[in-house]
Amino acid sequence: MTQAQNSLLKCAFAFLLSIIIISCSNVKAYQKSRINDAEMTLSNRKVEKNELNVQSYREGSSGANGGKTGGGCGCN
Amino acid sequence: MKKICLTVVGMYIMFLHAFSQFSNDTSAYKSKTLKLDEVNIISSYYSQKADKSAVMGGRTDSKGIGDVTDFANGIDLRFVKWGNDKRKNTFDGGLGIDYHTAASQAYVDSNGHARNYGTRIYPTFDWTTENESKRTSFGLGAYYSAERHFYHSLGLNTSFSKKTNHNGEFGVKLSTYLDRIKMIIPSEFSSVDSANNSSSDSIVYVTTASGHVTEIIYRNGQQIGKSKNTTPSKPRNTFTAEFSFSQVINQRMQGSIVVDLVEQNGYLGLPFHRVYFNNGKDTIENLPSQRFKLPIGLRLNYFLGDNVILRSYYRFYIDNWGLKSNTVSLEVPIKLSPFFSVSPFYRYYQQTAAKYFAPYAVHSPDDQYYTSNYALAAFTSQSFGVGLRIAPPKGILTQNLKSLEVRYAHYTQTTDLVSNVISVDLSFR
Repeated sequence: MTQAQNSLLKCAFAFLLSIIIISCSNVKAYQKSRINDAEMTLSNRKVEKNELNVQSYREGSSGANGGKTGGGCGCN
Repeated sequence: MKKICLTVVGMYIMFLHAFSQFSNDTSAYKSKTLKLDEVNIISSYYSQKADKSAVMGGRTDSKGIGDVTDFANGIDLRFVKWGNDKRKNTFDGGLGIDYHTAASQAYVDSNGHARNYGTRIYPTFDWTTENESKRTSFGLGAYYSAERHFYHSLGLNTSFSKKTNHNGEFGVKLSTYLDRIKMIIPSEFSSVDSANNSSSDSIVYVTTASGHVTEIIYRNGQQIGKSKNTTPSKPRNTFTAEFSFSQVINQRMQGSIVVDLVEQNGYLGLPFHRVYFNNGKDTIENLPSQRFKLPIGLRLNYFLGDNVILRSYYRFYIDNWGLKSNTVSLEVPIKLSPFFSVSPFYRYYQQTAAKYFAPYAVHSPDDQYYTSNYALAAFTSQSFGVGLRIAPPKGILTQNLKSLEVRYAHYTQTTDLVSNVISVDLSFR
């Protein structure tokens, strides 16, 4: 990754973080109809399981996505 | 293969029948007896075209073909039981079985006659207890995975989480995988010819075309014993500490951060991965016996309007083998109706090479560590596809088939690897 791409990435993060902080509000249980939608879950879908497994074998990095960080027949 | 297909169809019919015995419980009653809460049947077919296989040391000729197919099937069962003290106990049991073919596997035998298919099984078990009044949960889990001729893996984990008063949740999960890698080496490195030249006491392992290993014992150059299926193995251990925090940001947005601290030790290469040196000779890949990894993942989901959801993910990864990577993905579920959504997605991945990687015939025999496994090369990859989710309130065909998800992904790597995967998840309740 070039230095320009790195700077761009940092700027994008800073921008995103500002938006998140500005938009923070206290949410009551009855206001969570959208948050509780099945598509809003913060984990991977079960149907993605094999896809993630393959990525962890075909790529050099793994982890931080709720999947495996090692173990099994691959090199990861 | 045929047996696996029939098993999947059988499982589907069995669960359709089993659930038809239950009536839907729509009241707030919480069962104090163990109750089958959910069953998921997941099937997946993966097909890959590639060259530069690790088994043939990254060769680009016909011997380096790395084509793979994998037919994976799994079933997950979830049981729930409420305790007297308002504790919710969840028991998750799963069983998976994969049947795969790998063109490169045939070249474990130098003539390309080794078995090029295999079956992997992997049962899992998890127990979680949730204390609603304290807003805490604690869990234990176990995992086993094996492919008879290649490895055995035992995984154990424990987790703890605590919800905050402001819609947040902290989590810690400690995991370990204890693997045994069978030392099946390419046939040219354990030939009978070289064994017959042995003039002293020795044990020689000979890999046969079927993937089996024969142990031949020599004393003073004379063969005194021979036994089959005594493949030696080496350990590989993985220890992970996962720290997570999730937060509801507002009525439409929530996010999470996950940090994994991973340490691996033991035999971290694979014994049948060749490396060709720049002097024309070849050997088996040699990698350090320790690896530290640090992946950091961020997720942010946003409900845009009434029908569109943005699911974003970013991961930064670094390890002490010199490999750094960035992953970005965006999935956009569009709700065409409250019960039917279409989810196109795109994923971009970029990694630098591990310092021990070099392509075919580039490594020097003087190098301490060497591999030509392209999973450790510098490359970028892109993946895109679409998912469909149907979850009508009255079920699909039957009341108990709660939801159906289908997902297709097309994946390309700049190493010339191209793959397609299609997956189906049937969820019964």
